[in-house]
Amino acid sequence: MKMSYTCMRSVLIKCMFFSVITMVGNASAEVGYAEKAELKIGFIKLTDMAPLAIAYEKGYFEDEGLYVTLEAQANWKVLLDRVIDGQLDGAHMLAGQPLGATIGFGTQAHIITALSMDLNGNGITVSNAVWEEMKKHVPMQDGKPVHPIKADALKPVIEKYRAEGKPFNLGMVFPVSTHNYELRYWLAAGGIHPGFYAPEKGDTSGQLQSDVLLSVTPPPQMPSTMEAGTIYGYCVGEPWNQQAVFKGIGVPVITDYEIWKDNPEKVFGVSSEWAEKNPNTHIRVVKAMIRAAQWLDENNNANRPEAVKILAKPNYVGADEEVIANSMTGTFEYEKGDTRSVPDFNVFFRRNATYPYYSDAIWYLTQMRRWGQISEAKPDSWYMDIAMKVYRPDIYAVAANELIAEGKVKRKDFPDFASETGFKPPQTEFIDGVIYDGTQPNVYLEKLTIGLKSTDQL
Amino acid sequence: MFSPTKQGGMPEWTQLWRSLMKGEFHSVKVVKILHQVGLPVIGMLVFVMIWHLGAQRIDTSLGVFPGPLEVAEQGQNLYAEHVAERGKEAGFYQRQEVRVAERVLVDPGYKPVLRDYTGSATFFDQILTSLATVMSGFLLASLIAVPLGIVIGLSSSMHAAINPLIQIFKPVSPLAWLPLVTMLVSAIYTSDDPMVAKSFVTSMLTVSLCSLWPTLINTSVGVTSVSQDLVNVSRVLRLGWWSHVIKIVLPSALPMIFTGLRLSLGIAWMVLIAAEMLAQNPGLGKFVWDEFQNGSSQSLGRIMVAVFAIGFIGFLLDRAMLSLQRWLVWDKQSAQR
Repeated sequence: MKMSYTCMRSVLIKCMFFSVITMVGNASAEVGYAEKAELKIGFIKLTDMAPLAIAYEKGYFEDEGLYVTLEAQANWKVLLDRVIDGQLDGAHMLAGQPLGATIGFGTQAHIITALSMDLNGNGITVSNAVWEEMKKHVPMQDGKPVHPIKADALKPVIEKYRAEGKPFNLGMVFPVSTHNYELRYWLAAGGIHPGFYAPEKGDTSGQLQSDVLLSVTPPPQMPSTMEAGTIYGYCVGEPWNQQAVFKGIGVPVITDYEIWKDNPEKVFGVSSEWAEKNPNTHIRVVKAMIRAAQWLDENNNANRPEAVKILAKPNYVGADEEVIANSMTGTFEYEKGDTRSVPDFNVFFRRNATYPYYSDAIWYLTQMRRWGQISEAKPDSWYMDIAMKVYRPDIYAVAANELIAEGKVKRKDFPDFASETGFKPPQTEFIDGVIYDGTQPNVYLEKLTIGLKSTDQL
Repeated sequence: MFSPTKQGGMPEWTQLWRSLMKGEFHSVKVVKILHQVGLPVIGMLVFVMIWHLGAQRIDTSLGVFPGPLEVAEQGQNLYAEHVAERGKEAGFYQRQEVRVAERVLVDPGYKPVLRDYTGSATFFDQILTSLATVMSGFLLASLIAVPLGIVIGLSSSMHAAINPLIQIFKPVSPLAWLPLVTMLVSAIYTSDDPMVAKSFVTSMLTVSLCSLWPTLINTSVGVTSVSQDLVNVSRVLRLGWWSHVIKIVLPSALPMIFTGLRLSLGIAWMVLIAAEMLAQNPGLGKFVWDEFQNGSSQSLGRIMVAVFAIGFIGFLLDRAMLSLQRWLVWDKQSAQR
């Protein structure tokens, strides 16, 4: 409790600090004009880049006096490098990227985020051949598999492959990606060891002591890589799971909503240097994106069909409308023909989806520690410090308050900024039933069966 | 690299047309018409037929392989998208003007700046980008290769010194140069407000590095093989080095230089598409790669449109070089080679 108090105090101080600055800068206490009007923002072709596309197409960026060019990037590494060297002003990032970069796993750079772009939105897909084997071990009801499907059903398949001397390869999109941690969480919950990282020994493959071999593939290339037989399955965002169904090359077995209900997914990341140089610009970008997120979830997803049309354009996601529509409009097709309703597959605004929670940041840090990306045990206070260094609800609060004052959003849709601690209450909805309390990362790590415990070292 | 209608060529075509226009039907032999017009048309038709029938049988995971009809449809789509984008651009500038005017009213210290359109590049924009890149890369390569080739051709010691380097660097693929060039450009070409984009410089330099060799080699060979009689004439007239190069060497080496330039331009165009694909630099190569990544049911058709555009532009570039050669070279026969 002490920790959440410190954190709350810091938010308050930062809020006050910002409002003072803005008052001095402008008599009417508004955010000043953007320091940099022409921006280039990077994204990866995934449906959860939608807030950027909508903010552009609906003119929300222009309303803030920003002239934004949206540019698709080849993969997450290129995207991060270009944000660091300044070719991009900001980008659609994996929630783990700003954290990983700030603590120096992979590339070292101080990246911050003031906005979470969405909740959920990923799935795990396996190839047809693996599904045929796996299906024998899945409980059935009325001829259809009972969801959520646990990795327990995959375990015998992996054992069979290993007995035949074939390594079981799975794809994920980046070492610090949500997908990597979700895939690992799901596998580990089914008793399959996904492998450790040991950066202190120069081993960043993440395959030490593993039952399966996880490797990196850029999202849009997942279906074709699986089709080529290089990987037997993957964890990726939409539309690349539904694409596998439409192409008839694989079967999605679980969505991340079922692994951890309302898990944080992408964030809008900028370098801290850029944010210091362009505070007004940053606030204005966040404002435009909050409006876009609100538009996406408005009236029970009423605008989603229009959003699908926009995303299907070749310069955004570019996949077929029907493929994108599947998940964006609240359904998900598992096996061909087995379409089920998943209304919260993509959440952009409701349930404070845009607010950057410290507890979300700390969950990612616990997973980095769990799989050895953080090689040494760290005290709870370290987790707090990093979360506060990277996640910036203070900037978010300024942007949201501006929008409330302008009458563009409603106060009831946001947390009460004065009393919000940045910690969600302990979360119970994980697939293995383990409870996560963001204020006690080390206690949480002890509860997870597979993975490094507080004092373990490889 | 040579034009496909090796024996026919433009002159006969134009003669044929001229006679037809003048109504001199008697001078046009039916057989000749069949040969000149009929055979290419038949070739085309057979190709389209085989394509049409073959495409239907190939089922990819992105749907049936696109036949001629789908490709034509995608061509129209790309044009429609281009027109739509230009419409959006006009709207963008209008809104911007209003916004700037409003700001000037409340913020008198503000100096209005017109921001460029931020929309996406259409297929036709990408073609223009690629053309600009290939021409600058090719020009740079020629500016280096022709003078260097002359020097190497004139001096056997220079030739001995430089030849090994040429032989080693000539076969290097653009894909090997690209990472080096990219890192070099980002290290050296730094400015807050660059005149041209880094990606443009990277593509251009890669194109130059790969396309300079044929011009260099052909120029030096052309210069070495200047007729001994002409060299003797130059000696008798006691021409200086400079006049010797301008009056004797260049005119006789020009056909070979142009053969080199045509080869270089062909290579430059091929290298550029590969470089754009790999480095994600704007242009037709990026267009192809983006469409492949999108993996929509229209993607293959759109890639096919790009393939035809790339081929057609390559053909036009070669023709343009040929016309330039005809215009410049005294030995008109040599242009047929």
